[in-house]
Amino acid sequence: MVSEIPVEAKSLSKRFGEVIAVENIDFSVKRGQVIGLLGGNGAGKTTTMSLLMGLVTPSAGEARIFGEDVIKRNPSALARINFSSPYVEMPGRLTVAENLMVYAHLFGVVHAKERIAKLAKDLDLESFLNRMTRTLSAGQKSRSALAKSLINEPELLLLDEPTASLDPDTADWVRTYLEAYQRDTGAAILLASHNMPEVERLCDEVLMMRAGRIVDRGSPAELISRHGRRNLEEVFLDIARKRTKETS
Amino acid sequence: MIERRFDPGGRIIGLMLRHYYLYRGSIPRIIELAYWPLMQIMLWGFITEYFQQHSSLIAKAGGLLLAGVLLWDVLFRGQLGVSVSFLEELWSRNLGQMFVSPLKPQELAAALMAVSVVRTIIGLSPAALAAWVLYEFNIASMGLSLVAFFGLLMTFSWAIGIAVCAMLLRFGLGAESLAWVSVFALAPVSAVYYPVEILPAWLEPIALALPSAHVFEGMRSVLLNGYFDWGHFFWAAGLNVVMLVIANWLFVTAFNSARDGGRLLQSGE
Repeated sequence: MVSEIPVEAKSLSKRFGEVIAVENIDFSVKRGQVIGLLGGNGAGKTTTMSLLMGLVTPSAGEARIFGEDVIKRNPSALARINFSSPYVEMPGRLTVAENLMVYAHLFGVVHAKERIAKLAKDLDLESFLNRMTRTLSAGQKSRSALAKSLINEPELLLLDEPTASLDPDTADWVRTYLEAYQRDTGAAILLASHNMPEVERLCDEVLMMRAGRIVDRGSPAELISRHGRRNLEEVFLDIARKRTKETS
Repeated sequence: MIERRFDPGGRIIGLMLRHYYLYRGSIPRIIELAYWPLMQIMLWGFITEYFQQHSSLIAKAGGLLLAGVLLWDVLFRGQLGVSVSFLEELWSRNLGQMFVSPLKPQELAAALMAVSVVRTIIGLSPAALAAWVLYEFNIASMGLSLVAFFGLLMTFSWAIGIAVCAMLLRFGLGAESLAWVSVFALAPVSAVYYPVEILPAWLEPIALALPSAHVFEGMRSVLLNGYFDWGHFFWAAGLNVVMLVIANWLFVTAFNSARDGGRLLQSGE
């Protein structure tokens, strides 16, 4: 029987030549869970996400999405996930509505117009839905990218720094929306972020990464308590600066 | 929960829509499609008129050069239709986003081919019309032969275009110029304006290994002798199958290499 666990990473590794990007990591994300990937630049967060989306081939181990090996690019599994990152863009010469229509087709959304209208209302896109994507402000682009990542109502949402470059008000609005989406749909979310308050607020469990390895894991409260620190940022600095022993 | 379907056709239509939206919103892109074919036909039209007064061959079949120009542009524009459409994805750094969806590389290739047919027809129609109005050469008078030649050249252009896309996937935008120049390497041996027998003996086998040389030999047969040469047709069709298989293998190999090297998310940088 095919597993319905959104994410299973088993002994997952990735090397680019001599560079070890991800080394022997194991974790899973269950339905309704929000898991944070935390680590400094080059810790392996984005590569881990790329491995889970089938954009990068593992050097060893396996990544399964809803029980399917992502390397095989099974359409029924891929149609259930989506992704957002401020570092990956949508075609700038298309309007927001046009981009969403294209992605609705790619993800096999049957009633695309209705879905786009709902997202436009929910995410407050209506005023710039017919503007070219390249002319939008950072906040508008971020909301459009979020709409794209929700176009297929994903059961697994992978978010790479979803609030980077947003002002505090817009960032808070995005976090609130994500909380509501997760609560309403029971979706699993894998979140890579450098924003510690964001991770503390959204995540049930945090995987601390350094040099491609998971060096600690637990709920934000557990990690703060275990490291004897006041907040997750201090834990992050401990780990990034190698002041603690690895626990996994 | 929303309703989803998993048919490849929907994804291919989605990618075609992406290019339809792009051209709908960009008049310079539409003008560019038709500009060069139109200039080419104007130039070769005057050359034809001049040669008609000095060459018995051109006097006998005035459309020889103009048909060559138009059919060569089918190959050139068809190849550009595939490779430039792929470049649009690299320029907009969209490749990674696309492949997070259920899209398969073969479906992307199929969409690029379909877009290239539309682009080629839009680009060449004004030139064909100009040839008819200005130089009294109606390429449609070739009838079903034209359909065969168009189909054969489009298919070969897809193979070249997909192979160029494979190079772009492997080497990134550093290989961008291949999209514009690759097809010209085939021009001397495609026998567009002269028969294959004019080539040096050592080049003839190379020419005859290309579908395009058989198409242009077939074109001359129709225009000079009024005879459709089935031999050249079957050679071109068979070679096209071989070229498409090779191009598809190159593309899938380059896609897998890009996944292995982590280049899908970085494309465009």
